[in-house]
Amino acid sequence: MTTRFRRALDNVTRVRGVRGAMLVAGDDGLIVAESLMEGVRGNAVAALAASLHKRFRQSMDAGAAGAPHFLHLQGDGGTLIVVPAPDGILVVAVGDPNMNVGLVRLEMLRAAEGLT
Amino acid sequence: MTQTRAVEAWTLRPLERFVAEAGARLTLLMTPAGQVLAQHGFTRAVDVMSAAALGAAIVASSGELATMLRQKQFSALNHQGVEHGIFLGAFDTPRGRLLALVVYGPDSSVGLVQLFFEEFVTELAAAAPAEERGKAVLAADFERELNESLATLFGQ
Repeated sequence: MTTRFRRALDNVTRVRGVRGAMLVAGDDGLIVAESLMEGVRGNAVAALAASLHKRFRQSMDAGAAGAPHFLHLQGDGGTLIVVPAPDGILVVAVGDPNMNVGLVRLEMLRAAEGLT
Repeated sequence: MTQTRAVEAWTLRPLERFVAEAGARLTLLMTPAGQVLAQHGFTRAVDVMSAAALGAAIVASSGELATMLRQKQFSALNHQGVEHGIFLGAFDTPRGRLLALVVYGPDSSVGLVQLFFEEFVTELAAAAPAEERGKAVLAADFERELNESLATLFGQ
């Protein structure tokens, strides 16, 4: 993993409650870089998050609402956040249900900007 | 209507589940010799026979390349096109080594196919009967079995 990618992910995973962060190729659903706690199925999260982002993008296109900037899914056992970055890359984070979503979002947006 | 059909019944449920979850457009499950066990999405027998022969040939060729590189066989190959992708995976079951040829479109991805392929392999391995050994292959049987298989795959 390149230093640039590692730094981008480290800033996200440093936030309390984050279990892992990844850079995912949006079209392929494959992991580009990852920083995950043990027990997080990175390949599954990457593939499904990319698929989800694609569906949301299609839905928003259909509704003439433009491209999604931020996806936030809240479950009983955790949280999934997806932020699109340039060149079709997605910044994906998974964490506890009570993690600080605002701070994670900020770090993910910074990580996305850092990839340009 | 797109249908999933199997020559060997134990492959049907795992294949149906895989196709639904991975969003595969076409799938062929076959032996390394190109004998088809199940298919999804094909409408013509000639397409199945061609795809099976070409898929088996690709795996055989890549296997030889792996040997030249002095490494184990490649377990999966992916060819990414503009509209469609082709995923070709080989795996072992109690029935013997099998190959799966999967064609997916823009509504799926190689990540999704890989993810559900792992589950597909696990389900097939659990459902597979033991391999039949020492069965002689006769020319007369071969043509009859081929015709029966194609009839089963296309419901004729």
